[in-house]
Amino acid sequence: MLVIVASLLQPFSSAWQHLFDTVLQDYITNSLLLMAGVGAGTLILGVSAAWLTAMCEFPGRKILSWAFLLPMAMPAYIIAYTYTGILDFSGPIQTALREAYGWQFGDYYFPEIRSLGGAICMLSLVLYPYVYMLVRVAFLEQSTAVLEASRSLGKKPWQTLFLVALPMARPAIVAGVSLALMETLADYGTVAYFGVSSFTTGIFRTWYGLGELTTAAQLCAFLMLFVFALIMAERWSRQRLRFHHHSAQKKMARLQLNGWRSMLAMSIGSLIVFLGFVLPAAQLSIWASTGWQEKLNAEFLRLLFNSFSLAAIAAVCCLLVAVFLAYTKRVFASRIELGAVAVASLGYAVPGTVIAVGVLIPVAWLDNQIDFLSTTWFDYPTGLLISGTIGLLVFAYLVRFLSVALNTVDSGLTAIKPSIDESARSLGATPSRVLRRIHLPILRTSLLTALLLVFVEVLKELPTTLILRPFNFNTLAVRTYELASDERLMDAALPALAIVIIGLLPVLLITKSILNEPFSNE
Amino acid sequence: MAIRTLFFSALLMLIAPMYSVAADEVNVYSARQESLIKPLLDRFTEQTGAKVNLVTGKGDALLTRLKSEGMNSPADVLLTVDAGRLYRAQEANVLQAVESDDLNRLIPSHLRSADNQWYGLSVRARVMVFAKDRVEANQLSTYEALAESQWKGKICVRSSSNIYNQSLVAGMIASQGMLQTEAWLKEFVANFARPPAGGDRDQIKAVASGQCDVAVVNSYYLGGMLLSDDQAQQTVANQVALFWPNQKDRGTHINISGAGITQSAKNIELAQQLIAFLASDESQEWYAERNNEFPVREPVKVSAVLESWGPFVADKLNVSELGRNNAAAIMAMDRAGWK
Repeated sequence: MLVIVASLLQPFSSAWQHLFDTVLQDYITNSLLLMAGVGAGTLILGVSAAWLTAMCEFPGRKILSWAFLLPMAMPAYIIAYTYTGILDFSGPIQTALREAYGWQFGDYYFPEIRSLGGAICMLSLVLYPYVYMLVRVAFLEQSTAVLEASRSLGKKPWQTLFLVALPMARPAIVAGVSLALMETLADYGTVAYFGVSSFTTGIFRTWYGLGELTTAAQLCAFLMLFVFALIMAERWSRQRLRFHHHSAQKKMARLQLNGWRSMLAMSIGSLIVFLGFVLPAAQLSIWASTGWQEKLNAEFLRLLFNSFSLAAIAAVCCLLVAVFLAYTKRVFASRIELGAVAVASLGYAVPGTVIAVGVLIPVAWLDNQIDFLSTTWFDYPTGLLISGTIGLLVFAYLVRFLSVALNTVDSGLTAIKPSIDESARSLGATPSRVLRRIHLPILRTSLLTALLLVFVEVLKELPTTLILRPFNFNTLAVRTYELASDERLMDAALPALAIVIIGLLPVLLITKSILNEPFSNE
Repeated sequence: MAIRTLFFSALLMLIAPMYSVAADEVNVYSARQESLIKPLLDRFTEQTGAKVNLVTGKGDALLTRLKSEGMNSPADVLLTVDAGRLYRAQEANVLQAVESDDLNRLIPSHLRSADNQWYGLSVRARVMVFAKDRVEANQLSTYEALAESQWKGKICVRSSSNIYNQSLVAGMIASQGMLQTEAWLKEFVANFARPPAGGDRDQIKAVASGQCDVAVVNSYYLGGMLLSDDQAQQTVANQVALFWPNQKDRGTHINISGAGITQSAKNIELAQQLIAFLASDESQEWYAERNNEFPVREPVKVSAVLESWGPFVADKLNVSELGRNNAAAIMAMDRAGWK
């Protein structure tokens, strides 16, 4: 992180003048529009999904409550490729339309999928589960008493939603949407494929094309400053607010939807899942169905194993660090700590390749220094100890995905009133007993959620893995990307499908436990 | 117990470096993706018994890794898929010159660096693809002519972020000068049928479906579609035809994939052997067969698809120039509004 910020100290090269004169304005406008669009999209999709499954009862609710998570397993650039395949001018839908009506190019209007709007749709479809997950937990953990009070005062359910439930869920909503937005800023694959010149594509263009690594790092530093300002503004705006709940938990009766309302809930829910998961997964399966027998060999199993174990290790590491940071912040809530926590969460908004380089350069430097000292003092060259190992890769994931885990754990922890700790302590419980007997059971959902999020993220993660991995070490994401970037979508479909399927395993396992026991307070 | 075992094996996995510096091993950083290089490396292992370790990635990322690892880098060979990156590696001082009569004999001088720091291994041509039913081949001539007003709203090409478009313009700057190139760019961009998006195959599809009449793409994408398992892709590819631009003047623009030996190489001799192997008849035929790329030299048997496109005159410009003019090309494209 420091490497990137330090780049600001270096002189600004003439490339800046060029960027400023030509494309910078485009980058900024497009990125802001993209953020606004994806922010609104994930907010609407995520909150409605959470409200329907947490607060209402209708046929199919149970299935939908885990099905809503499915799009999370779908990497954004993969969904972009599949939708382009389907909706493009030369895709099946438009071709069928033309054949049916005898139209030619230009005779009719059809929305162009490869556009800013298309990118917003794609990203919203795969990123809304972040909002859904966190907000759903928040809704479930909300004090039933407050909601019932609102209802008994004659407020309609939807008024309760806007006046009580949503404001109370604000930390979770903000956490979810900011995760989605950071992911949006870091996204390269989708916007690059759709030809949207965003800030991120600009960073890479400056680096790869102009060969200006410093200018690229400076662009990146500005991106981080911007995100930092956003985070700080948000924290400041809810500084005085507290979101603890007071009443003992009991399950609140869900609002029973009948007739057309339940039909509507069902169709909205299924439509979201259909667009975000079923349709692209079906397209992938069709592509993968050609010649999968020969592609499904021992080497492919090796890929599965690598991806799975790497994601599992990284998820556990991230969770441990996140819990540590969240508690540090809770116990010593000084401004400096708050700042440090905010800084640690910046990594998520930075494109993976940039993180990778930010990790690579200092670590390689350290390695070379150790080697130098060891050679001069003991006449024993150590070579590169850390560079090019899995350890470095895990460290980079930590930098990149810490904020995912941290945001989740943090918003869970915010819901535990400090006075609970204080009473427990005053009754003679040791801190560790408080942790085990009170916090862990309450936090269980948040912890599992954090674990799941990081796991799926690492599984899909591409740029960091690509540059930092050791020799002869491949993952499913790397394989998918290589084939897709060569525009061999048919061949890329099988590993892509495997990512989706492995991503589903923890989604199913963990959601089962989240869903069955939304709250287990002792 | 199980958890403890798991924990220790995980720890071991974390700290154990995955490579070693054995005498009969050679380590490769490759921007050429695995499926387009691993089979050749396996073949090399079969023939020589030397193990080849491979990391693939984007050219600039690998270059950064190489630079920061410095003299301790495990890499012996850097493989890239365009001349620009090789040029950049040369400028960054991470490659070393190799005196090899073998390589100099195998690879023509305009496809390698003047001081033998890197060598081209396969040729990629940027060609025109046109709609058979709407365009006659004799309407087409040069890249320059695509700026004429008859092509208004009829041209598809991908984003200027793509390295092959950058190289095309860099090559034009080298041969025509900046002034003329900029003037051409303005007219050319004004002829686009739509804002650039998607990859080269998408441009070919757009031509087939009538969205535009002519696209500028790398020839191997058309080859890939012609030989695709997917019936739909074959159908699309058969609706278009390939045209070799600039046959009467400087020749069709080409780029290379190529390799150089790193400064930090521990096993120079083996690395040299590997590069020579990649330039051998056997490997050259494989590039043609597997990815429809052209061999770096005559006479190598090419695949049926390449054969069907006939012989062509390739630009003889030294490919180093593409790297040298890359940044200038991007700036010119930015100014012309090529997204």
